[in-house]
Amino acid sequence: MHETLTPVPNLGSAPTGGVTTEGLGKRFGDLWALRDLDLAVEPGTVLGLLGHNGAGKTTAIRILTTLSRPTEGRATVAGIDVSEHPGRVREQIGVASQQATVDDLMTARLNLITVGRLRALEKADAGRRADALLGQLDLADFATTLVKTYSGGMRRRLDVAASLMGDPAVLFLDEPTTGLDPVSRNQLWDILGELVSRGTTVILTTQYLEEADRMADDIIVLDHGRTIAHGTPGALKSQVGGNRLDVTLAPGADLDVAVRSVARFVDREPMIDDIVLTLPIRDGVRSVEVLRALDDAGVDAVDVTRREVTLDDVFLTLTGSKAAPDEPDDADESDRQPESGTK
Amino acid sequence: MSKHAMADAAVLARRNLEHIRQLPEKLTNVTIQPLMFVLLFAYVFGGAINVAGGSYQEYLMGGILIQTLAFAAMGPAMSVATDFQTGSIDRFRSLPIPRSAYLLGHFFAEMLGAILTILILLGTGLIVGWRTHTGFLEVGQALLLLLVFSAAVVWLGLWLGIFVRSPDAVMGIGFVVVFPLTFISNAFVPIESMPTVLQWIASVNPVSVLIAAVRELFGNPVTKVTHHIWPMDHPVAAAWLYSIALIVLGYVIAQRRYRSRTLD
Repeated sequence: MHETLTPVPNLGSAPTGGVTTEGLGKRFGDLWALRDLDLAVEPGTVLGLLGHNGAGKTTAIRILTTLSRPTEGRATVAGIDVSEHPGRVREQIGVASQQATVDDLMTARLNLITVGRLRALEKADAGRRADALLGQLDLADFATTLVKTYSGGMRRRLDVAASLMGDPAVLFLDEPTTGLDPVSRNQLWDILGELVSRGTTVILTTQYLEEADRMADDIIVLDHGRTIAHGTPGALKSQVGGNRLDVTLAPGADLDVAVRSVARFVDREPMIDDIVLTLPIRDGVRSVEVLRALDDAGVDAVDVTRREVTLDDVFLTLTGSKAAPDEPDDADESDRQPESGTK
Repeated sequence: MSKHAMADAAVLARRNLEHIRQLPEKLTNVTIQPLMFVLLFAYVFGGAINVAGGSYQEYLMGGILIQTLAFAAMGPAMSVATDFQTGSIDRFRSLPIPRSAYLLGHFFAEMLGAILTILILLGTGLIVGWRTHTGFLEVGQALLLLLVFSAAVVWLGLWLGIFVRSPDAVMGIGFVVVFPLTFISNAFVPIESMPTVLQWIASVNPVSVLIAAVRELFGNPVTKVTHHIWPMDHPVAAAWLYSIALIVLGYVIAQRRYRSRTLD
């Protein structure tokens, strides 16, 4: 179990600050990476940004963290306009990017102290804060080890620790748990939960829908730069129906026949993944009825699983395809940015 | 320059120095390599090159100093290009530090490296027989000129690091530019020994002027000027003008490029 979070000595405690955007958009050349994003994140809550690669998540984070200027619209972080007062916004935020931008040629402790010093902490305070965070993120035993020897998961935890050095009012986490083992992931979720309970606002992008389900009070699903769904995890799930029936067919089974034979039991188009049919079944439909219909049509089903709808299903239904957990997210957006800014 | 910017630059400079502490081979090109050049030219090629008015060892030092400091542009270029590639730059940009602090931090760290380089080279020079033959003021002016030239090179190196798209490109571009500039000059052989076309190129090459100025200020042999253009006839004044102009140019283009690459 990790240690309890302690506030930065000279920054007080319980930072607060929400995030708002109105019609936020970013264009690179002719391509809109983000369009018409409207947000209102209450202080002390977690917003999850979901979407495929190139959906606009990282672009949104980059604008909100003052790394990129919006082409249109307006955004405030902790009540401060990001375009008008980027310097003041930076005093309020912590950022852990996708790349885990920690310094390989420094020890973990020196990495954190450097960030702390750049956040105007006194050297002794920076050291104390660094030690506390290293303990909380289970890195104390490797505090004086060079980061280049760290595993991917350790680097990620150190990056999150660096983002917490200033006790930020708003924390931006771009896929914070990618590459973490389940234990480290749970540990990080606990720490984030604690931060949120103290009033920190968190905006996170993630490929793990389970993470969004567990952490986020509110979720925005982005697709090709636009918001295609917005709501609580529960609301989004209810939006796409109740139960799902995953039917694994025998190899060589006729998928068209299978889909036609179960059409009367579903309230929307079934999803097909190789030989697995995911059926959004109507209320009251029994699994055995579906199996019987398949059997009558001459389709051999080898396995059936009934389950509640998940955010995966939401994602699948809204975007028409699965989230891509094996691919780096939104790398496209940094690639597509021109050398000199196009505004 | 605000006090805040200087304090943050000092923190960032310490980061760079820590990199060198952990990876001392980063300094190879400004420590071991010039040392090898001094020994190689002094003892292997030196016997074959005649210099009027003094020993080749004394002639060589001005050339080696300027050549080494010119090649030192690669260091800041590599560091900055790596920061852009790894995304470290975004970490610093998301912190509440003045925009100028990042480049200043690199500048301070690299200048410490330049001072170390000059000390190593002068120490090696003394071992192989190099001596100064002028007064304290001239020698002091030479050292100051070397530092000002280093500052110009560091700013140009910082610009190069922001300009290139990957650290791999730094060495390629650096060598293509710096290698001919330092070798088609009076660094290692008198200009009069070159073919006519190269004599012209070497005479208008600012590197030749800087080397001639350092030699003059140290009281080391200055070989015959083959083409009488103002900079070669007045090397000390011209070297100061070149160095100051290069500092201004390097600073302006580095800052401008940094702004354009970080504001999208």
